[in-house]
Amino acid sequence: MNLRSIPLSAWIGIAGITIAIFCALFAPVIAPFGEREVVGDVWLPAGGDFLLGTDNLGRDLLSRLIYGARTTIFVALAATVLSFSLGMILSFTAAVMGGFVDQFFSRFNDLMMAIPTLIFALVVLAVLPQHLWILILVMAVLDSTRVFRIGRAVALDVAVMEFVEAARLRGEGSTWIIFREILPNTLSPLLAEFGLRFAFSILFLSTLSFLGLGIQPPAADWGGMVKDNKDGIIFGISAALIPGAAIATLAICVNLVVDWLMKRTSSLKGGRGDA
Amino acid sequence: MMESGPLTGPVPTDGTADGTHPRSAALSGVPAKPNPADAKGEIDGTFWRRFVFRRPLAALILQRLGLSVGLLFAVSLMIFGGIEALPGDFATTYLGQSATPQAVENIRKDLGLDKPWSERYLSWLGGAVQGDFGTSWASKNSVGEQIGKRLGNSLFLAFFAAIVSVPLAVGLGMLAVQFRNRLPDKIINVVSLAAISLPEFFVGYLLIMFFAVKFGVATFPATVYDSMSFTERLSAIALPVATLVLVVLAHMMRMTRAAILNVMSSAYVETAELKGLGMFRIIARHAAPNAVAPVINVIALNLAYLVVGVVVVEVVFVYPGMGQYMVDAVTVRDMPVVQACGLIFAAFYIFLNMAADIIAILANPRLRHPR
Repeated sequence: MNLRSIPLSAWIGIAGITIAIFCALFAPVIAPFGEREVVGDVWLPAGGDFLLGTDNLGRDLLSRLIYGARTTIFVALAATVLSFSLGMILSFTAAVMGGFVDQFFSRFNDLMMAIPTLIFALVVLAVLPQHLWILILVMAVLDSTRVFRIGRAVALDVAVMEFVEAARLRGEGSTWIIFREILPNTLSPLLAEFGLRFAFSILFLSTLSFLGLGIQPPAADWGGMVKDNKDGIIFGISAALIPGAAIATLAICVNLVVDWLMKRTSSLKGGRGDA
Repeated sequence: MMESGPLTGPVPTDGTADGTHPRSAALSGVPAKPNPADAKGEIDGTFWRRFVFRRPLAALILQRLGLSVGLLFAVSLMIFGGIEALPGDFATTYLGQSATPQAVENIRKDLGLDKPWSERYLSWLGGAVQGDFGTSWASKNSVGEQIGKRLGNSLFLAFFAAIVSVPLAVGLGMLAVQFRNRLPDKIINVVSLAAISLPEFFVGYLLIMFFAVKFGVATFPATVYDSMSFTERLSAIALPVATLVLVVLAHMMRMTRAAILNVMSSAYVETAELKGLGMFRIIARHAAPNAVAPVINVIALNLAYLVVGVVVVEVVFVYPGMGQYMVDAVTVRDMPVVQACGLIFAAFYIFLNMAADIIAILANPRLRHPR
């Protein structure tokens, strides 16, 4: 791959993601104040000691933003990785085995997808106790239905190719066929899908936190920070908009990279339209 | 391209009956989808077969309807049964950790939790069909009554969002195709890509900040009362509607663009171009009839998405609709309300997706005879 062939928009995306990950990794080093430390008055304006001002309890907004990057990215990434592993294993199994297994998985998947994701999450989270791992698991399972659909479609395309048949004829097992024949040949579209799901996970987690059902306070998390500071909006205090902008920026950056990856895969296929 | 949101609805296009509903079992005898494994369709399917032969379209629509009802039934089972299967005891949650066993026992009896779950499910479903969703645990009010009021409010919001966003999305999508790969298209592409990435609550608060606080031209919070006049209501929901439009517009526009582009790059349009037909004639006679189906499909899918997008927007704007009702109920674990709202949202979602499916069949004769 040629570095020069990467368009400007993708570079912007990569830069944004890098900054966010850097913040997440080195949060205690960069942040000027502690995550839960009350350092000043409530809703101080930006400037002076506090670069972005303070929040509804007098905590430094910038520090919480940096720590929030940690929570948000970690949970979203964990959920995406989990949903991808789950969705791909199930979808490839369905595509390779065919018949009853395929029917069963696909129909069950249709049933799961018949309920809107957010509504499903609300119903399930109403029952389950509030733990971080439960949140990750719920997000992963709900998201894996989308991965399953894409994965199955892609795998079915590949599963009928000659080299898969050749592997079958020389007596390879299903595991070999899935991991050594199908997976390497479907990596490119699935990588773009991974980015898309990651962006979706960030938004979804933020939405849940905003509704008060995601990450619980006092841990900093971007969606939760919007919820904490939303009452300031009426008084013209923009503290709630800053974490919101952070979520939007990260999601845009991920989408820019995904857009480039998708264009690359579609131009590899040599499609006529550019849609 | 960016089909992450709306396109991911239930698409019951491959109508293999899952047997969850008596009708779908009988439906598998449709000759369009031969299913030799299902011998049942051969035996009692004679009337159905004749019907399919004479009225293939009506049969197909009936099949989709049956499938949706079956799906809804399965969803209700999932919403109720899934909650039962999950760990956690409501009585304990309800009273707190320090409750005495006697108090827990009493509250279980009070809420009817001591009966077997199949019995409770049947009575719940029976009530739900008649619009009776039981009483709320938290407020002891009738859930059906509350929903009756709030559903209207939510639909009011979604309806106006749809009225504004649909023509705008289709227009912009056509504009993007017309100026494909030139400046307007690129601008629309970048802006819509950004708009997809914005969380609903961020858009909402941004609008509040500018239009309600800075300029003072809009009202916040967007509360509506029974005594409000129609115009007052309209001005109250201006900002929530704008938020919903912005959120759904980008998705719809991108999908419209892709759908129209797909038609415009097909061989018969190229032939028409090479024949020397004028641009207007090509669009009116060759492209439009084929583009109608995918575009309407896009719209229906996005309307389904709108129904769910209402949840967050209602919380942001403190609008008394279904979404806020559900979120409040989830926070206090008021299960009858959560179940009722979940079922209604799912029903809207399923039936809008079904409508998309049926419209696609109506508009595209090729789909009527699947191979």
